Amino acid sequence: MKTTRHPRSTGYAVFLAPGLLLSLLFLVVPLVMTFYYSLTTWQGIGDPTFTGLDNYTRLFQDADFWASFRNIAFVIVGIAVVPTVLGLFLAALLFDYIGKKHGDGIVGIFRSGLYLPQVIPVAVTGLMWGWILAPEGAINSILDKVGLASLTQNWLGDPDLALWMVLAVLVWMQLGYPLVLFMSGLQRIDPELYEAASLDGATWWQRFTRITVPILRPELYVVLVTTTIAGLKVFAQIFVLTGGGPGNSTLVPAYFAYQNFFERADVGYGSAISTTITLLVLIIAGTMLTRQAREDG
Amino acid sequence: MTTTTEPTARPRTHKRVPAAPNRARKNPTRKRGPGSYAVIAAVTVFVLAFLSPFAIILVNSFKTGADYRANGSLSLPEQWNWSVIGDVWERVEFTQKLINSIQISLGVVLIAVVLALFNAYAIGIGRVRWRTAFLVFFLGVNVLPQEGLVYPIYYLFKEMGLYDGKLGYTILVGITYSAFGTYLLSSVFSSFPKELIEAASLDGAGRWTILWRIVLPMSWPTLSVMCVFFFVWSWNEFLYPLVLLISNDNQTVPLGLSVLQGQYSSDPTSMSAAALLGVIPMIVFFLIFQRSLTRGLTAGAVK
Repeated sequence: MKTTRHPRSTGYAVFLAPGLLLSLLFLVVPLVMTFYYSLTTWQGIGDPTFTGLDNYTRLFQDADFWASFRNIAFVIVGIAVVPTVLGLFLAALLFDYIGKKHGDGIVGIFRSGLYLPQVIPVAVTGLMWGWILAPEGAINSILDKVGLASLTQNWLGDPDLALWMVLAVLVWMQLGYPLVLFMSGLQRIDPELYEAASLDGATWWQRFTRITVPILRPELYVVLVTTTIAGLKVFAQIFVLTGGGPGNSTLVPAYFAYQNFFERADVGYGSAISTTITLLVLIIAGTMLTRQAREDG
Repeated sequence: MTTTTEPTARPRTHKRVPAAPNRARKNPTRKRGPGSYAVIAAVTVFVLAFLSPFAIILVNSFKTGADYRANGSLSLPEQWNWSVIGDVWERVEFTQKLINSIQISLGVVLIAVVLALFNAYAIGIGRVRWRTAFLVFFLGVNVLPQEGLVYPIYYLFKEMGLYDGKLGYTILVGITYSAFGTYLLSSVFSSFPKELIEAASLDGAGRWTILWRIVLPMSWPTLSVMCVFFFVWSWNEFLYPLVLLISNDNQTVPLGLSVLQGQYSSDPTSMSAAALLGVIPMIVFFLIFQRSLTRGLTAGAVK
């Protein structure tokens, strides 16, 4: 990054101005406002009353808030960890085994099929699974027909089951993303590396752990960070599938904030929740950025 | 021309393995034993099971409630009747929702791509002062959670008369995506052949001409991938439209359909039909733009 003649760059500022100003206006101003609201008590009408850190102390004593963070840990497992691990194995299997023996055509079909849920609107996915898992839905109807009526459940209505169901749906939605990234990362591998390893008697598992995984490190990192951030923001799935319930068993911070904003008119409190999420997201993203910058030298 | 696609298709930060084009893999040991067919069969079963929810909503959308109760969810419909789908279509005013979604998404794509192009032109090619700081700024606003912005936006939009209107919403989402586009395009532009710019500059071309005549045509491969992605993202947005677009004339497809959740407890196949209506436009889109979607993903993720 060497700086080339400064005078030449001056004429370009004009191009940056609109985008920068609009981003400040539409993204940074609301961010600052949310932070300010989080220090007040406000119902959305009239003037906010400044209350300092009251909302935050209330937050840390709120069982719902802690429940929402416990649930977010599950969500991150469902959206980041499981799809990454599963995607890694599938990518290696498709690329390294099926692709080599049967060609790229069939691999492309498999990959497209597994990627498909990624382009379906999240709310529609929620609608679809909500119907499949409903008391009168597809799964219970299947169980009924095959004589396993005793296994029918209220899948999303049972506090012990609901979170697991949400997790399964998230894995289903998310699998295609790491898979496609990993498969394209695998293209970097020199096939001769694999062949040499095979000649030396390396098993599939050894090649997987010694060659595949190390080469995919950049992708692994990106997938884990971006999906963890996405996990912290999860909203639509919960809104459509469970509404955070039953009780607070599937409540997540974004939905909890939404409830306070628009259902309870407790804007100050909702702002404290969303400011907390924003901070977390920025910390994670900042860590990623500095690490990447360091690695790039 | 094809060289311009390189930054998109292949992240530059990685050590490049000596040219080993995928297709030309010379592979003497291409044995297809019975084992390999067993693996194919297993994966096929897995993928089919994975996609079975789509098949389930497809068959059940054509059933009457009575058919569903009698035969369950796995059977084919006794008669393929369109009445349930037609019913849901009318009830959610699906035609209107489709028009809304298309209008909004096209507007978002236009705003986001134009802003990103301008920003990245200044940062990547113009190399303006503090460009790293600007890049970090755009990267930062790109990850901001919408729930951290939504209330003030809702409040300000009401004050400014933009609430429940497509215009304000489209601008908002366009600006949001432009941050990501700026980040992506800037890294592509930083490796843009400088000689071209300098040559044009010597010929007396101004900055607008260079942008319009040289940079834009050469970055079209990246831009087109961005367009496809922004269109999908915008189509799938949920929290912002939920809060900002409330009337039937403005709501998008996912919103219009999701309000049905829970309304149809007496009529189980209507929910299935609603899900089907929501799935179809994006499946069609996916089939058309599949290549851009799978290729572009790699461009954005690993810089």
